[in-house]
Amino acid sequence: MNQNDGGKAGAGQANDEPVPAMQRVLDNPFLLLFLGITVPAVFYIIWGVMEIANIPIGR
Amino acid sequence: MSAIHPPAEKLWWKQPVDGVELTWIIIALTWCLIMFFAMPLWHVFGEQNYSGEAYNVLPEQHIARVEQMVQAHTVRHETDLQIPVVRPPAGSDVYLLARLWQWYPILELQKGQTYRLHLSSADWQHGFSLQPLNVNVQVLPGYDMVLTVTPTESGQFGLVCNEYCGIMHHTMLSRLYVVD
Amino acid sequence: MKPLFRTCPKSGLVLHRDAENLIKANAVAAVVFLAVGGLLGLLVALTRWPSVHLLDAQRFYQVLTGHGVVTLLVWVIFFEIAVLYFCSAVLLRCRIAMPRVAWTAFVLMLVGAAITAVAIIQGGSSVMMTSYVPMPASPLFYLGLILFAVGALIGCFIFLGTLVIARDERTYEGSIPLVTFGALSACIIAIFTIASGAIILIPTFLWSVGYIGSVDPLMYRVIWWAMGHSSQQINVAAHVSVWYAIAAIVFGAKPLSEKVSRGAFLLYILFINLASAHHLLVDPGVGSEWKIFNTSYAMYLAVLASLVHGLTVPGSIEVAQRKKGLNGGLFEWLRKAPWGNPVFSGMFLSLVGFGFIGGISGVVMGVEQINFLVHNTIYVPGHFHGTVAIGTTLAFMALSFWLVPILFRRELIWPGLAKWQPWLFGIGTALQAFFMMGAGTLGVSRRHWDIAFTDALFDWAYSGLAYTMMALNGMSALMAVTGGLLFVLIMVGTIFFGRPSGVPAEYSAQRPATLLPPAPETGGHAGIGMGWLVAPGTFVLAMFLLVIFVVYYVINYAYLASLWKIS
Repeated sequence: MNQNDGGKAGAGQANDEPVPAMQRVLDNPFLLLFLGITVPAVFYIIWGVMEIANIPIGR
Repeated sequence: MSAIHPPAEKLWWKQPVDGVELTWIIIALTWCLIMFFAMPLWHVFGEQNYSGEAYNVLPEQHIARVEQMVQAHTVRHETDLQIPVVRPPAGSDVYLLARLWQWYPILELQKGQTYRLHLSSADWQHGFSLQPLNVNVQVLPGYDMVLTVTPTESGQFGLVCNEYCGIMHHTMLSRLYVVD
Repeated sequence: MKPLFRTCPKSGLVLHRDAENLIKANAVAAVVFLAVGGLLGLLVALTRWPSVHLLDAQRFYQVLTGHGVVTLLVWVIFFEIAVLYFCSAVLLRCRIAMPRVAWTAFVLMLVGAAITAVAIIQGGSSVMMTSYVPMPASPLFYLGLILFAVGALIGCFIFLGTLVIARDERTYEGSIPLVTFGALSACIIAIFTIASGAIILIPTFLWSVGYIGSVDPLMYRVIWWAMGHSSQQINVAAHVSVWYAIAAIVFGAKPLSEKVSRGAFLLYILFINLASAHHLLVDPGVGSEWKIFNTSYAMYLAVLASLVHGLTVPGSIEVAQRKKGLNGGLFEWLRKAPWGNPVFSGMFLSLVGFGFIGGISGVVMGVEQINFLVHNTIYVPGHFHGTVAIGTTLAFMALSFWLVPILFRRELIWPGLAKWQPWLFGIGTALQAFFMMGAGTLGVSRRHWDIAFTDALFDWAYSGLAYTMMALNGMSALMAVTGGLLFVLIMVGTIFFGRPSGVPAEYSAQRPATLLPPAPETGGHAGIGMGWLVAPGTFVLAMFLLVIFVVYYVINYAYLASLWKIS
């Protein structure tokens, strides 16, 4: 992820100022992809499948 | 045309947020949190909740339990097909079977009494839709869903299947009686 | 061969030839499927109009299956692939990644959609779009959907690949545009959607050919909805991006703040797919903790994101208009907006309809306990006609009015009729959504051939009002379909018979100029708006929406409290 690694900055802005962490996260499509798959996979699918697996056998 | 261009400010994360946006975010977030906490609070203070009680059950097991209840508590038969009307004792376990394309049997409950209603399907998925109250739940084969219900009004209710279950889906209709 | 580019003289867009052709192909396929899906929808609505009752039961369920699959999956996803390619290659002035593979993806999607269509037409697969097990469909039904999904998945990776190329070749400076970022969120949502579809449809296909014994119905529902609902979340992210794009195109509007809008898209990426739980709120077994956390998108954070977009999109338009001098009163900016331009009117009706009809109803019926009152009633299709038909489809139509002339280098035919198209379609679908939600509130089932229950052993009569609502729904469908048909005719007519616009395209192998950020604004928003609010009109509209939202929510809980006790 090097689109913000300085060098050719926009007009008139300080070039050496570090890019804020959140902006770096939002500029990183593959990190976002990882988060966007993991969160619903864990909270919706895995937790949901565990709920089903834990339904007891009837008497 | 900035939304289709890169942000004007290189360090756009540091741009201050507009007052109108900030105000709206605070209002909207407050409403979101109210809605979120309403659900668990309704479990505590509300009287219309499904606890999540359910069991794995084979269709034949559920059918056997239905039959047992029908044998013990049938009070009369209705229609040309002689569908039994069952009046189970208050507080008991009540079994209702969904199958192509019928609800079996007809239940007659008592107003103000509490029953443990077991719903399951013998074949495909069905939908329990009690009219005109408009209370709807999903009915699955292989799962015994237990709803603890207390009718609060008497009368004759319609029991519609509202999950598509094949070509005669629209004939899957029954009754439910609540007597004083 | 070096990539070839042309610059559109009117819009200034730079189009890579392969990307241009791929966008055209996907958009044309989308419009063809929209035409098919829309006509099937008309047959559904006319059958559910009690006094018309057009089709017999068998044909009805077959047509309804086709309507669901074609509109909710095929039309929107084809168009979204076109949007993804547009937002990456065109907006970033970049060559598209692996055009041959992208064509393979297109063919896979087309073949997959055709196979599923054949399965439905053969008649053995009238299982509804949801194909709940153990009701069986023909193996071809699942196979076609799997191929379609694989094609769409490849399309998503072409989009990501194009982002990588654009960054490596430095075709733009700074961060990607907001609209491309929104498309990225749609792409991520789509990848989760398609992966879930594969997890459930592949075993179901194997079951249908007899290779495995059974598929658990509850497991199927949980995972199928991770595809079935999430696919509609792709729509949300995509059409919100289209709103931002149209605000920029028509008004030169600048997002109020990049941070807030991108943050809202991040909330979509993280949480919007949890809401598949909406469909399982009255299912046996899965516990309340799971239901509450997931149905609320983790404390309604994705709803917060939509509420934010609902403010920032019109807010950015309001600021742009006020800066142009339309600074009077609360609503001069809106009154003097170009209501005769279908690109704007379509987008604005989409925004209002999605918020007031689709949005509010969706959140309220997704409340764990209120879902008792709604599950499987025709309220549900009412809601998603508010989201998918008004929100997504109308936004895509609006974008097409702008984009198709650019892609095909033709003038729009029938500009006078095009003015009316968004109103016909938007108001027609809005009324449909409203009447279906009304009938559902009165208990009418969805996916039901005969609410009079002819041939049943018992009888049950819904109220006369419910019947009236279903009739009005049919009439509104006539209006909506007229609008939809007009759209298809204008698009097809423009492509084939539109007057060629301007000079013939000249493609050049020269690398396009780097996409630069606009100069930072000087002076900010001083001198516009009222007091400290730069967009007071939008703020008032947003508060109006919130008031309706709260009132409707409380009414539903109040009715629920009057019912039998259930625990």
